Amino acid sequence: MIRFKDVSKQYSTKDGGLTAVNDVNIEINDGEIFGIVGYSGAGKSTLVRMLDGLEAPSTGEIAINGTDVSKLHGSQLRKQRQKIGMIFQHFNLLWSRTVLDNIALPLEIAKVPKAKRKQRAEELIKLVGLEGREHSYPSELSGGQKQRVGIARALANEPTILISDEATSALDPDTTNEVLDLLLKINKEMNLTILLITHEMHAIAKVCERVAVMDSGKVVETGSVFEVFRHPQQEITRKFVSEEFTPQQSDNTMTLDELIKKYPDGQIIRLIFHGPQAELPIVSDVVKRFPDLTVSIISGAIHQTQEGALGSLDLQFVGDDSQINDALEYLKKMRVGTEVIHHD
Amino acid sequence: MTNSTGFKSYFQLHNVDWGSMMSATWETVWMTLLSMVAIVILGIILGLILYETRNKPGIGYRILNWLVGLFVNIFRSIPFIILIILLLPITMKLAGTIIGPRAALPSLIISAAPFYARMVESYFREVDSGVLEAAESMGATTWEIITKVLLPESKPALIAGATVTTISLIGYTAMAGAIGAGGLGNLAYQDGFQASNNTVTLVATVIICLFVFIVQFVGDIFVKITDKRTL
Repeated sequence: MIRFKDVSKQYSTKDGGLTAVNDVNIEINDGEIFGIVGYSGAGKSTLVRMLDGLEAPSTGEIAINGTDVSKLHGSQLRKQRQKIGMIFQHFNLLWSRTVLDNIALPLEIAKVPKAKRKQRAEELIKLVGLEGREHSYPSELSGGQKQRVGIARALANEPTILISDEATSALDPDTTNEVLDLLLKINKEMNLTILLITHEMHAIAKVCERVAVMDSGKVVETGSVFEVFRHPQQEITRKFVSEEFTPQQSDNTMTLDELIKKYPDGQIIRLIFHGPQAELPIVSDVVKRFPDLTVSIISGAIHQTQEGALGSLDLQFVGDDSQINDALEYLKKMRVGTEVIHHD
Repeated sequence: MTNSTGFKSYFQLHNVDWGSMMSATWETVWMTLLSMVAIVILGIILGLILYETRNKPGIGYRILNWLVGLFVNIFRSIPFIILIILLLPITMKLAGTIIGPRAALPSLIISAAPFYARMVESYFREVDSGVLEAAESMGATTWEIITKVLLPESKPALIAGATVTTISLIGYTAMAGAIGAGGLGNLAYQDGFQASNNTVTLVATVIICLFVFIVQFVGDIFVKITDKRTL
């Protein structure tokens, strides 16, 4: 188990002190995929760098299975680092080494004999699906392939923890999904604890069981991904969730302002469905029960999370306020999450 | 021996003593290569010290950085011809003589190693910090980071820098030759200028140019072989 207890990190800069991480308390269970989401500068990277001893906390305690890693030094710290694998946004592969030799680097550092290094590296190449590319150099690989090498390298010393620091942020959506699937696979096969740092709610929804939302150094919300998506408590979390629910992320995606401009009348309501409700004819019920209301569908999306499907539907209701309120009441009764986005 | 004057004086090949030309060429080549070996080793060590002690907390690092930086800056700024004269007593002690190619080595090395050290430092600083951090996160020691990441990842730059240094070193050997260190510079000065034999001077120049071209060509090939960033 990983436990961050009252962890803070201050830097002194020319403009005075800067608190990068502010009193963070998180517990991460063994074998879990735990997400940390936040905008850049929220302190996510600093937090996980402390886990690896790349930075020391100003105050607080970071324990891995009861050992306070911030107290380790020298060879003990280096031994501990070998038990934590790390993958990065820009892959951080050595361009001077082939795929095979890149994967063998952590094994060299761990003083594994040469024959065994090669054997282990070949196993890993198979695991991440890069057979036939052993002797390629990173410059000959695509972004997704590079990240596979990064993952294989991170797994070389059979770590118990894998830190993914924005590892999919430089990849296109398809490749992102491939890499996330690979992370899911190794999590299941190797019972690896994975810490996924990202600013993309999509990645969190796809692989994580629990998530912590960070904003200016603080953890503002923690919970199961499913709960956080259904009932986001904080403004910033709502923003992240609604970014994810903005359908298809394509050119015809409209911002809230554009939506309001386009649908100036009545109210714009966002419905959040999960699991069984997604299968009920709720919208047609509303139309039948409130015949004086005009209901138009603006946009919708469905997302698969680790705990089941989550759907969102943006509707425009035009009609009497009392009618609209009754409709909202009815939706609440049907246990559909509602959120009024715009009221004219 | 007939000595023409004017333009023709450059092309009287019968005036060239090919035996002494050959031995002078050989002297220049080995003076250059031998001092280059020492310059590369010393330059990398000094460059590494400059790089590793840069912006590190702790008074010890700061003093070391300042001392090496001072040494490098001083010897980089002394004009070579003055450095030779300045180092004469030291040369006498080290080489046992102040004449000949052996005597040229100490001043060649001391003047070019700091030049190369500064280049090495800047090449190390260009190594991707993310890769260094990745190695650190794998539990690498400082020495492992140097030998497994820093040196291999800057290899093409180190070779390109050594090529540039070798070429300016060839210029230095000629200058050292003029005050008695032997080699082509010495031959051009003594048998060419002082004996009014322009052909010798021209042939010596052509050989030096060829040597420079070969060094550049070989250096470029090695840079290309070691650089795997663009394929």
